[in-house]
Parts: sequence; C-alpha cells; structure tokens
Amino acid sequence: MAECHPVGFQWVMEAKKRGAKVIHVDPRFTRTSAMADLHIPIRVGTDIAFLGGLVRYVIENDRYFKEYVTSYTNAAVLVSDDFVDTEDLDGLFSGWDSDSGSYKKESWAYANGEPRPDAPRDDTLQDPRCVFQIVRRHFSRYTPEMIEEICGIPQDLFLAAAEMLSSNSGRDRTAAFCYAVGWTQHTVGVQYIRTASILQLLLGNIGRPGGGILALRGHASIQGSTDVPTLYNILPGYLPMPKADQDVDLESYIDANKAEAGWWTEFPKYIVSMLKAWFGDAATPENGFCFDHLPRLTGDHSHQTTVADMADGSVSGYFVMGENPVVGSMHGSLQRKGLRELDWLVVRDFAPTETAEFWRASPEITGSEIRPEDIKTEVFFFPCAAHTEKDGTFTNTQRLLQWHEAAIEPPGDCRSELHFMYHLGLRMKDLYRSSRRKRDRPIKDLTWDYPTKGPHGEPDANAVLGEINGWSVDDRTPLSSFTELKDDGSTAAGVWIYTGSFAGGVNQTARRRPGDEQTWVAPEWGWAWPANRRILYNRASADPEGRPWSDRKRYVWWDETEKRWTGEDVPDFIADRPPDYEPAADAEGLATIGGRDAFIMQVDGRGWLFAPTGLLDGPLPTHYEPHESVVPNALYGQQCNPARMEWRRRDNPYHRAFDDPRYPYVLTTYRVTEHHTAGPMSRWLSWLSELMPEMFCEVSPELAAEKGLRNGEWATVTTARAQIESRVLVTERMPSLKIRGRTVHQIGLPYHWGTVGLIKGDSANDLISFVADPNVSIQESKALTGNIEPGRNKSRYKGLAPDEPILDVDHPARDLPVVGHRTGGSHGLVGGEGHEGDKS
Amino acid sequence: MTTGFFTDTTVCIGCKACEVACKEWNGLPDDGFVFSGMSYDNTLSLGASTWRHVSFIERPAAISTNTTGVGDFSWLMMSDVCKHCESAACLEVCPTGSIVRTEFDSVFIQPDICNGCGMCVAACPFGVVDRREDDGRAWKCTFCYDRQKDGFTPACAQACPTESIQFGDLDELKEHARARVEDLHARGLHDAYLYGVDAESTPGTGGLNAFFLLVDEPEVYNLPPDPVSSTKKVGRSWRTMGLAAAGLLVAAIASVAADRR
Repeated sequence: MAECHPVGFQWVMEAKKRGAKVIHVDPRFTRTSAMADLHIPIRVGTDIAFLGGLVRYVIENDRYFKEYVTSYTNAAVLVSDDFVDTEDLDGLFSGWDSDSGSYKKESWAYANGEPRPDAPRDDTLQDPRCVFQIVRRHFSRYTPEMIEEICGIPQDLFLAAAEMLSSNSGRDRTAAFCYAVGWTQHTVGVQYIRTASILQLLLGNIGRPGGGILALRGHASIQGSTDVPTLYNILPGYLPMPKADQDVDLESYIDANKAEAGWWTEFPKYIVSMLKAWFGDAATPENGFCFDHLPRLTGDHSHQTTVADMADGSVSGYFVMGENPVVGSMHGSLQRKGLRELDWLVVRDFAPTETAEFWRASPEITGSEIRPEDIKTEVFFFPCAAHTEKDGTFTNTQRLLQWHEAAIEPPGDCRSELHFMYHLGLRMKDLYRSSRRKRDRPIKDLTWDYPTKGPHGEPDANAVLGEINGWSVDDRTPLSSFTELKDDGSTAAGVWIYTGSFAGGVNQTARRRPGDEQTWVAPEWGWAWPANRRILYNRASADPEGRPWSDRKRYVWWDETEKRWTGEDVPDFIADRPPDYEPAADAEGLATIGGRDAFIMQVDGRGWLFAPTGLLDGPLPTHYEPHESVVPNALYGQQCNPARMEWRRRDNPYHRAFDDPRYPYVLTTYRVTEHHTAGPMSRWLSWLSELMPEMFCEVSPELAAEKGLRNGEWATVTTARAQIESRVLVTERMPSLKIRGRTVHQIGLPYHWGTVGLIKGDSANDLISFVADPNVSIQESKALTGNIEPGRNKSRYKGLAPDEPILDVDHPARDLPVVGHRTGGSHGLVGGEGHEGDKS
Repeated sequence: MTTGFFTDTTVCIGCKACEVACKEWNGLPDDGFVFSGMSYDNTLSLGASTWRHVSFIERPAAISTNTTGVGDFSWLMMSDVCKHCESAACLEVCPTGSIVRTEFDSVFIQPDICNGCGMCVAACPFGVVDRREDDGRAWKCTFCYDRQKDGFTPACAQACPTESIQFGDLDELKEHARARVEDLHARGLHDAYLYGVDAESTPGTGGLNAFFLLVDEPEVYNLPPDPVSSTKKVGRSWRTMGLAAAGLLVAAIASVAADRR
C-alpha cells in the first residue's frame, strides 16, 4: 500500500501513531513491509490457503464473534443435502459438468432451494448441514502445518498474525483488510476476496467503523469506472447488461433480475429511470421505455476474449482511452498481434503510448519479424487533457466522489474525454439524422443536449452529473435520493446509486468542509454513494436489538424514543424499521426486510459465509495452485481452478502445470512507487524517470548464487510467451522460500517499461499468458512460472519465443480426469480453441 | 523566526515525493537515467540538482519492534537535505558573500553573486553543496526561501504524505521531536534518537536547523557521526602550520649548521 498508494498510506501511518497494528503479507519486502509490525513473506498464488488457515484458526479457537455471526451471517442456514464439498471430491464441488466444462450450481442451494429469508436454520450452529459446520469442515485441513507447506510461511509467523488479527476484532475492536491486484489477478481472484469476506464476517468486521475489506484501486477513479461502468457486462449502477437469449423485452429482463426479497425488489425503478435518462421523451411505457435500444450480450466480450478475436481478424475497430494495454495488459505480443489485425485504432492519452506506437516501436518491429509497411491498421492518436485541465469527479475506493475543477485550459489540441465523447456523439447523431431504419433509433433517440462552454465547446460536467443524479421528468426537479425513483417513467436518473450527488441542484461532490469543522465521519467532504453513506451495511455496527456493540465502536443505532435509526453516519437501513420487525409470510418488496437483516442488498438479508448463488467456481473458496506453478496442489488432486478460462491457441502457449523443467522459478509482477502503471504518465517525466530509470528484476541472494546473477548487471527472463531483459537487483527483500523441503525461488518483475518514452525497457507483462478467473475474466498476472539466465537477451525474436511447443497444458495434469475432458463452458471457457489463432 | 526541518525517519515510506516536489518547485534538472543497483536509490546523493535525496538502506538487522519473515533485516529510508547548520562552514568560507543567513536562520546561496570558486563545496562537513557542471556555480537547498517569504511550507514538507518531513518553528519542532523519541522509547523502540537537534549533541556545527530522528548510527545513513564545521579548525590549522613552519626552519638551520661542521 505504501508502495502503490503512498498518499492513502498516510492514514495507515496515522492509525499506527494511535496504536494500530499493521500486518503485511507479501512475497517481497516492500516499503509497506518496512512500516509493518509484522511482515509475512508468502509464495505467490497461495493466499486462499493463508486466509483459509486464518478462518480455521478463528473457528477452532473460538475467536469468532458469535452473536454477530448468528445474527447477521448465514452461518445457521441449512444447505441442500446434495451439496458435496471439495474435501470429499478431491478438489471439486458437487455439480461439475464435464460436458460444458462448468459447474451446475443447483446443489449449492439452501435446503429449501433459492436463498430466501425463511431458509431453515439451526441457531445452535451444530447441524452438520448448516453453513457454519460446512465452512468448518471445508477449512479443517488448513492447519498451520499445512499453511507452512503451501505458503512457505513459518508457523510462528502465521500464528502471530492469527493472534494479532483475532485480538483486534470483536465488540470493542475492529480490523480492516486492504488489498489490490495482488489478490485479484489470479485464476481464483474472486475467491480470494470471498475468503477475506468469510474471515471478516466471522470476526464481525463488516459494517462497523475500522472494519471492512478495502480494494485499493489502481487508478484515481477505477471505482467510478465500475459504478458508471466501462465494463461490458453491466449497466450503470451494477444493473446487469441484458442478454440476447433471455432478456427479449423489459418485462423478461425485470423478471430475471428483480429479487423476491431484499432491496433488489426495487430493481424496476432503477432500470426504468436509467432508460428515461438515456432516451428522454422517446422512452414510454408502451415501448418498454426503449429497452430494445439497449445492446444485448451474445457472449463473453471481456478484454482477453476481445483481443483474441482481434488477433483472429474479427474485430475491426478499437478505442483505447487512458489505457496502455500493450504494456499494462497481459501477453504483449498477442495484444500487438490483435492491434495489427484491426482496420482502425483510436488512442487517447497524454503522450504517445506503446499501444499507439505498436506499428513502429514494438519488439516485433525491432526484431525484424514484422515490417511497419505490412501493417494495415489505421492509427488515430488524440492528445487528451489532464485532470487539472478538466472538471469532473474522482470516485475512490470508499465510494467517495470528489469533484475537481479545471485549473487551466488544456494545451493545443488536448481535449477532455467528455469533450471527445460528446462531440463524437453529436457527429454520430448528425450522420444518422435522416435515417429511417429501426436499428438507428437508439442513436436518434439518445438524449444528448448538454450545455457547452468555452472556445472549444466543452460540455458542462455539472450538467452530466445532474443527469446522472436524476430529476423528476415533469419539472426537472433534481432528486435527492434513490428512494424517490419510480418505475412509471416519471423519474429519470442515469446512475441510481449516484442519486443524491446533485441533491437540491447543488453539486454535493464539490463540498470541502474541513475535518475540524464537522464530525469525525466528515459527511460534508465530497459525497459518498449511496445516499452519502460512508460505511455500507452499518446496521451491523449495532447489535440485533439496535444498541451499539460497544461504546468504543458506536456508529449507528436505534433511537427508541424517536423510533428511528440514527448515529454518526447515514444508517444503511430503512430509517423507521424497528429491530424487532418480522416480515409477514406474504410480505413483498421492502416489507420483506426484517429488523435484523443488516445486509439489506442480500435477498436473505445476511452476509454470506457460503455463497449459494452468484459464483461460477464454487460456493466456498478453495486453495488451487496458479495455472502455472512449481509445485503440485498439496490439498487436492485437482491442481487448478477447474472453472478457469483458458485460451488454447498457438500464440498463447502454456507451461506445464508444475515441475516444468524449462521454467523452474516463480514469477510475479507489480508496481513500484516511482512509476504509474503502464508508464505513459511517468516515463515521459524526467523527475520520475530518473528515480527508476530501467526495467529490473528482483531476486534473492540464493537465486543469484544459483544462476550467477550479479547485482546491477543484466538478466534475461523467459516464458513460453516472451523473452525479456532486465537489470538485476539482488536483495534479501525477495526471499526464497522453503516449501516441502525444497527451495522455491521467486522473481519479482515491475511492469512499468515499454518501447517509447524518456526511458525504455522490456515489458514484464509480455511474459504472461491469457488465462483467467471465470467470474470476472481477470487475468492471472501475479503468479506464473519462468526461467532466468544472466546476460542480455540474445534472441532475435524479442516477442514470442519461437521454438516453444505450441501447448503443454496437460503434462503434468493440472486437472482431474473428469475436468480435463471439458469442452468449453458457457462463460467463454477455452475461448480460442474453436478457431485456431496462429494463421502465419 | 527560526524555522527548521524535523525529519522523522521512522515514518518515511521512501515515496520520494519530497525529491520530486523539490525538483518541480525549483525547476531542477534530472541527474541522468542510470540504474544504480543500490536498492531503490538511483539518484544516490545530494548534489547540485538534487536538494532532497531519499536514502534506502537494506540493513542486516531487524527493527526491534517489528517482526519479519525475511530474518534479521530492515529497510531504512531517510530523506536527506541541507542541514542549515547553526555554524555553517560554507557561509563562513564564502569569499564573495554569496552565502548568507536569512531571516529564517537558514543558509542561502545567492546564485547571482556566486562565482563558482567551490570553497563552500570543500568546506561543508556533510558534502551537501555541489557545483553544477554547466554553469560552475554552487547549489543546494534554499529552504524554499521564496516559498517561506510568501508564507508557504517548503515544497518537500508540503508533499510528504506521512509527516516524515515536518517544517515549522525550530523550537517547537525540537520539543515535538523529543516527545516523539520518548513515545518511541515507550513503545519499545529504544534505538530512536535525535541527530543534530542541539549544540550539545553536535558541537561541531552548533546544532542543525534540519535535524533527524534515526534508529541506527549516523554512518548507517551516510551521515558523519561528529560533523565539525571546517572553520572551527582554522585556529588549530594555523597552529599546526606554524609548528610545521617552525619545525622546517629548525630543520633548515640544523642542516646548514651540520653542513658547516
């Protein structure tokens, strides 16, 4: 966190000053480790085992927060008799379907089917079918001894962390987890976060001050870009993108997504209001509020799938805005291959990026494999405005929107993204003005009337936020809360969770009242979604009767005299619903939410230790080895996440599952403070470039001795995808680990460098393959295998290593036989198998 | 008012924001793009174009209050800067009067007067002052004299996210720093001490207006254990030189006398 979020880390230091303990778990000793009370080196890709070990510790040593767990989690709920755990199926859950290569999830349900508030329960937590006992059995083998074998963490360190965490959780104390892509970029990325969720729920650390699980986002407004998404599979405010095969009209879409109980019963109000914001007067009850204007999902269009499709020539154009996938995304040579097959490419950035310059400054060009004149792609580069040159919001990981104002005009031809998109939209509308075709109606009907200002027609960002916030349609009165939204077309709101950010017609995100002029929660600094609420699920900060769990941790409570929820923050609950409210059997909508259902977005009002729905790779997290590892899975015959996504293509070769003699070392990638992600924002600045001027790798003194690597000199790092060179930093900070009697060497690779800029260097991400988690299609870039040799890269082929076997996925086996026979799942598994990638 | 810097190395996270903020505010050039192999330090030292410099020390000893799985190891970070000595040798040796003491009690080189003689470079007991190759003049931290004149905090302290660099009234800083040391001792970090906080601990410079909280010997941080302003040795130098001259004279007379015999 100190390494990649130094400004945010000031608050960790502030907490430390007040006595907080900091535990840091990381394969390398970083700037964060230097400040931590306890630093634990870990083998990359084994965090589920580590966290699972903590879950076991907390359960077996009775350190969980019993009243919280029974009241607010699904610990007591009985699960279907059909459910079989990985402990009994050697690493698979019940429901594996080898024909589709994915799980059938029916057996993961509650005993009475789909999750419901009235699921059968055993509040003594003793029933062997209850969630608590299932979780207990599931993690029973994650002992300190096993953690040492899997993660390479000495038992005394593990137990020190377990004790420190447990003793800082409970009624009187809370602990928070902070994580970043070191947790998510794995074939089990989502399940990493699930393990942390289970642990935090058991410890009672969710919905309470000082608790939570905080995603440290990689860019200033990545949270904003999922809220108002740049993702292909959701609409603004986490509404699902309609699917072509089932969501044929608004009615069927609402049927599929409106919950039977809990807050998502409000779903129709949010989608209808969004459609009214998008299509204005054209959206009427008769035409389903123009629901048919929305695009439909026909399959997986995630990043890796799209790039593979590009490489296969089935994508014609590509917009890249403020991103540099050739350096920042996985498998640079396949990224560049994709770009070469486009008709056109638009890049918007501060400075020329490797993505914009791929046709003349890439390893394939300098390695003379490809000539620029043979590339047909037409490249358009647009210079963009910096955040200091435009108005807008940043949304941080706390869901806090903070407004920034342009300090100066952008220079020359530089324009904001808002300017680009708005004027592009105007031109599109102009082009289709005379069209009578039905399929052009979405463009014609789109409301696109933001006021502009300045010499270049910059759209007023306040007006955009006003539309996102929403208004009542008849008089355009700004709405102050999403509870005012209607499903009859009388309200419009672009993003329901942001409703209230422009309450009263005032930009609430621009508020900057100093901390010493308001309460410690600082509700008048910026604006947090939803409803300016700073901590989600904060009903859980009070006990079932509505009293604070302790005076020290009081936050939100039930005021018996006022008959309302009150406290330091905006209560995350129905304001006047008493703690003892029990919904009637025939209750509907918000009436289904009981007075103790603290997790109001959940259909059963409870935090899920066991996830009966929603995940594609299991209701519980399980330790699987990374797609490429150096050791077999110590716990199960199933080596890897069986539901992971693979792209089996000639241009995406994989290593053996483990013990690949060609690739004996573990590789991991990361950032360092001195640079920002893929480098366009830092490698053009002399003051940052001089601080970290060259690509380097970090290796332990043991590995250096084994391979003859010398500090400050060169090394070449190789995978089946690429061969790159880097300087060598030999350091104790990158420790080699002892795993089951053998030494595992880990090589650290910062990924900031590329082929353009003041400083240049090879890109670590070129080494990584396309392979992903099935839930959110995130790549596995934090754990893979490779080799290292001293000296510079002598290969003429700077990109794809030429003499590698095409595929080596099944030797040794990474899947149980029943998994190995899979043919490809509905989630895009084995995305490239059907159409052979390499045409050369 | 005497202002100062208190740099608390125990909360330095090595982000180098101070180094960059200093260069940006003062418009300093880069030091070249050279990979040093010295931990995460590639600018290596204070110099003519680096007026704040963050050292990274990979030390084969643990911090007593921390536990790590990499063994007896710690990573110390320290943002170094001109110390603005109470008794500043650079100022005293400057033949042109270019180096002055400001109303903030800081030591300031007036670039329009400096003739590049380099005497200050040799005089500084910390090796802070450096000549720039292109113009030959001596440069170092100005204590953001221009910012202070306008009531602003120096750029480095302003940019520091963890309050490792603290700026303010020197007496208040000293009081605060002593309390911080006591606090760290109470927490079990008995190695913590202040470097250059007063004339008693650093008599050679009469104390430092930019002082530090360290957890190991000064040498570990590339600081002199007992910095002495070179001008303090002037009297002794003259005496030694006088003795040497007298000795030479005696030797000359003796040799002549011996020859006559």
